[in-house]
Amino acid sequence: MGAIYILWLREMKRYIRSRVQIVVSLGQPALYLLALGFGFGPVFQKAGEGSYLQFMAPGVIGMTVLFSSIFSGIAMLWDRQFGFLKETLVAPVPRIQIMIGRTLGGATVAMIQGVLILVICLVAGFRPQHWIAVPAAFVFVMMIAVVFAALGTGIGSIIKDMQGFQLIMNFLVMPIFFLSGALYPLKNLPRVLTWITNADPLSYGVDGLRGVLTGLWAFPYALDVAVLCGLAAVFLTMGAWLFSRIQL
Amino acid sequence: MIRVENLTKTFDQFTAVKGISFDVEQGEIFAFLGPNGAGKTTTIKMLTTLLRPTSGAIHLNGLDPWVKQKEARQSFGIVFQDPSLDNEQTAYENMELHGVLYHVPRKVRAERIERLLTTFELWERRNDYAKTFSGGMKRRLEIARGLLHTPKILFLDEPTLGLDPQSRNQLWTHVKHLNETEQTTVFLTTHYMDEADRVAHRIAIMDHGAIVAQGTSAELKERTGSDSLEGAFLALTGESLRDEGADSKDQMRQFAKMWRGR
Repeated sequence: MGAIYILWLREMKRYIRSRVQIVVSLGQPALYLLALGFGFGPVFQKAGEGSYLQFMAPGVIGMTVLFSSIFSGIAMLWDRQFGFLKETLVAPVPRIQIMIGRTLGGATVAMIQGVLILVICLVAGFRPQHWIAVPAAFVFVMMIAVVFAALGTGIGSIIKDMQGFQLIMNFLVMPIFFLSGALYPLKNLPRVLTWITNADPLSYGVDGLRGVLTGLWAFPYALDVAVLCGLAAVFLTMGAWLFSRIQL
Repeated sequence: MIRVENLTKTFDQFTAVKGISFDVEQGEIFAFLGPNGAGKTTTIKMLTTLLRPTSGAIHLNGLDPWVKQKEARQSFGIVFQDPSLDNEQTAYENMELHGVLYHVPRKVRAERIERLLTTFELWERRNDYAKTFSGGMKRRLEIARGLLHTPKILFLDEPTLGLDPQSRNQLWTHVKHLNETEQTTVFLTTHYMDEADRVAHRIAIMDHGAIVAQGTSAELKERTGSDSLEGAFLALTGESLRDEGADSKDQMRQFAKMWRGR
């Protein structure tokens, strides 16, 4: 247990110490929120869908948690580069504990980021349907964070250089975000796009957040929870397996 | 303390280590010398559970490191060829993290960290980030860290690579002192003959994956009729350059790794 805690603590320390990075990583979602939220607002309103800011704020929260948690896993690349990974891998501790410590650390960071961006959303004018919805939304933030931190750990165990990182960014992370319904409603889409969005894990996370915060659901509540919990189990298992195979 | 019998490692077609055998006694400083690509690092990796041998037997402190991996890991400390500190944490935090990973009880941890950082002249800098340290300081911190769980064996893989003469001198003084006071067994590899000559009780010279000679420095000199260890080394391993051969082997190893996905 000590190993899990100390590696979790390490992630926390790194997060708190990199103040510039906190600002930078909140800057992008804030830009989406303000530029798109207010930019597309009038069009969305005219289409009879109500306030766009209200619609996309949960999507932007989902995006923040997605990016933050996947990055924390991919940050393993740096530990590999600077050698610290070796120090943990020769320690007399089961690898699964090391993997869990890192993943939980990354997930916690992502949750904090998610809460911070929720505050920014509130400042920008977003209003949840009820204040009791906020703790419920936090549960979804937590599930999204664990799903993607585990995925990130798995990816981080495989990629060894910056090229791999770019590849993951362009062909995995960005599509997950853009095809998740974070920015547009998932109804009346072309059929192929419907299939793709239904296959995107983040769709269920964003839908859960949006449903809880604004009352607008695309999928049944139970389906969102089931998909996220199922994927968390699958990605954690997969991540642990890939992590256990790392050779130096 | 370390017993190796017929240890072999094969990467696809290429045999990096060819059936080597040697013994290291408790409290001994044992140096592994050899040109680039001789198989020194591969050997250390197998001894420290990072690489599974193709065949042969290893006993560390009486344990087979592949059967009793956890106990074996607990029994040695290692300083890798490349740095392995967490640059974003302080010297003290690096020590603390190691202490937790190696199950050093909380009560003795703080006291031992203070003693080791003081010994290695880093106590004043304990709250500075590792990234602000010079090469020599980083090395010292890594050795201090490797000793925190009072290992019976300390592995040093080219610990003085890239250090200035002052740092090298200081580092070996510390290692020798530690060996004399704590009876820690030290297994090291180096390219610097003078260092091996100065600190090692016994030396093994490795070339092309095999041990070509082992014994004390004096024995090796006598055997080859040279007056320096460097002369003995060149007499045993030849004077041709190895970089090219080593590089193509390294490339092959990389290639093999890539295709086997590990």
